Amino acid sequence: MSTVTIDKAAPTRNVKYGSMSRDRTWALRWSYFFLTLFAIFSLVPPIYMLITSLKSSAEISAATNPWWVFHPTLENYVGLLTSNQFLRFFLNSAMVSIFVVTITMLISVPAAFALARMRFWGSTTLATGVFLTYLIPDSLLFIPLFKVFAQFGEWTGIQLINRWYVLLFIYPTLTVPFCTWIMIGYFASIPKELDEAAIIDGASWFQTLTRIFIPVALPGLIAATIFAFTVSWAQFLYPLVFTTSTDQLVLPVGIITTLIKGDVFNWGQIMTGALLGAAPPLIIYAFLMDYYIAGLTAGATKG
Amino acid sequence: MVDVAFQPNNVSATQPMRKRSSLQKALKRKSTAAFLMTLPLIILIALLVLYPAFYSIHLATLNKSMQRFVGLGNFEFLFKRDTFWLVVKQSCIFAVSAVVFKALIGFIVAHFVHNIPAKGQRKWRGMLLVPWVIPPAMSTLAWLWLFDPSYSAFNYTLSFFGIGPIPWTGDADWARFSVILVNVWYGAPFFMIMYLASLKSVPDQLYEAAAIDGANWWQRIWYITLPMMRNIIAITTLFSLIVTFANFDIVRILTAGGPLDHTHIFATWAFRIGIEGSDIPLGASVSLFMVPILAVAAIFILRDVNKRGNEA
Repeated sequence: MSTVTIDKAAPTRNVKYGSMSRDRTWALRWSYFFLTLFAIFSLVPPIYMLITSLKSSAEISAATNPWWVFHPTLENYVGLLTSNQFLRFFLNSAMVSIFVVTITMLISVPAAFALARMRFWGSTTLATGVFLTYLIPDSLLFIPLFKVFAQFGEWTGIQLINRWYVLLFIYPTLTVPFCTWIMIGYFASIPKELDEAAIIDGASWFQTLTRIFIPVALPGLIAATIFAFTVSWAQFLYPLVFTTSTDQLVLPVGIITTLIKGDVFNWGQIMTGALLGAAPPLIIYAFLMDYYIAGLTAGATKG
Repeated sequence: MVDVAFQPNNVSATQPMRKRSSLQKALKRKSTAAFLMTLPLIILIALLVLYPAFYSIHLATLNKSMQRFVGLGNFEFLFKRDTFWLVVKQSCIFAVSAVVFKALIGFIVAHFVHNIPAKGQRKWRGMLLVPWVIPPAMSTLAWLWLFDPSYSAFNYTLSFFGIGPIPWTGDADWARFSVILVNVWYGAPFFMIMYLASLKSVPDQLYEAAAIDGANWWQRIWYITLPMMRNIIAITTLFSLIVTFANFDIVRILTAGGPLDHTHIFATWAFRIGIEGSDIPLGASVSLFMVPILAVAAIFILRDVNKRGNEA
């Protein structure tokens, strides 16, 4: 769009106006052409999941065109959604994600409020520390964490390994630092006059947080919630390390360890499971795309 | 703000009537309240991030049964193994090439999206971000199925062009290509969305001025877009470098390190040794090798993020 105005402002527009506008049309056509290519590249795996999930095992092993469904069937969906094991995975995933989101918000919102507004000794260092923690990946911590929890079980007799709720302790290490970080950014952008007015009116710090900051920073809160949910739903390494019994597994690990039996790949069911596992984040994304993107870009642009 | 917050406390301190409970007073003090609010965060980071991080250094100095201190023995052992150097090489190839392609594709696609009328941008952006939204463990399964040795849908399509069956995950070099391809597919949308947000913040006047001065499209990108986006490009690239270097899901599901350990990266090899092979100290030593590159990237990110904060 900006290029159009440039063309008009260009000194040679009388001579070249026609060709400029033709250039512009061609640039648009090329843009659409390449965008279509990239969109196909992006969407092939999920679409292929859908195609395969609608096929019967016989059709999958037949040497027909893999990109087309000749005899659509819902048997894979029926098979998975009536299997207690699969529903257990789904339930475990849902419980873990919902609890982790709650824990994350309870920890990070007050902490972000304190770090953004109540300057105290070491608060800037702590804010930087939170950001650094966010950069520590799961693949660095899984071995020591496993040992820590094994040791904890030996000392106290409380066995946490191979229970789904051990993930409630571990996932916050991934979600809390980022959520705190983006909430600091959102809280810091709220004008100081708002909370000063509240304090003058006699509100306590807690009231200032719940009556003013949370409602005003609601978009940021939604973005942080979405982030915490998608991270806990998608996490693969920690559940793979910490849970092994089939009734304790979450969805991604469950699909990979139970549906792949030795060399026998039941691809119809695997793709159906993968699609059902991808569905919750995709649905959230479809309805709350703007919040999702706000959360995605906030990490580097806020603060 | 600080004065306002402290005044009620000062007033109450001068009144002897309210002096009775020092605990109550302490709770009302701003720094105490702030400390209590951040306490859960501090405990979480200290117990479940910092403690394990330092504990892994201790673990790395123990023998396999974790009863004897061996000093740097685990590292000496690793340095003598060919697989270790294969993993180091593959981790670097994997991380660097995946990040470069993600950054390039993200930059190009962001420009194309920015180029089309604003009305349609939302729809395209929505479609192009789908790979980032699907949990990587789930989408990698779809890629595994697309790469299947006997029923590969890619090979089926390529056979029409006379290109013979490609051993996507069977041959060492092709397997390396495949894990990078899947990683680029998964990560490029993140770059695209970051660049798009930053492209929108470049003022149009700059481009207009450049057009008046007779700059062509390449000069516009080189002298305006890139300098204006430099900070975002740096942060996104460094951030992606950390995430890619520490990647686990994609390699684990697609090749599990095979064929013959040729696609193992630090995370998957540490898992193979530490969890599957139950040699926790050796696994911890392997994952510790990620620390230097992560630390360097983190320092640069921190510098850029702080710079950005000062500008705003």
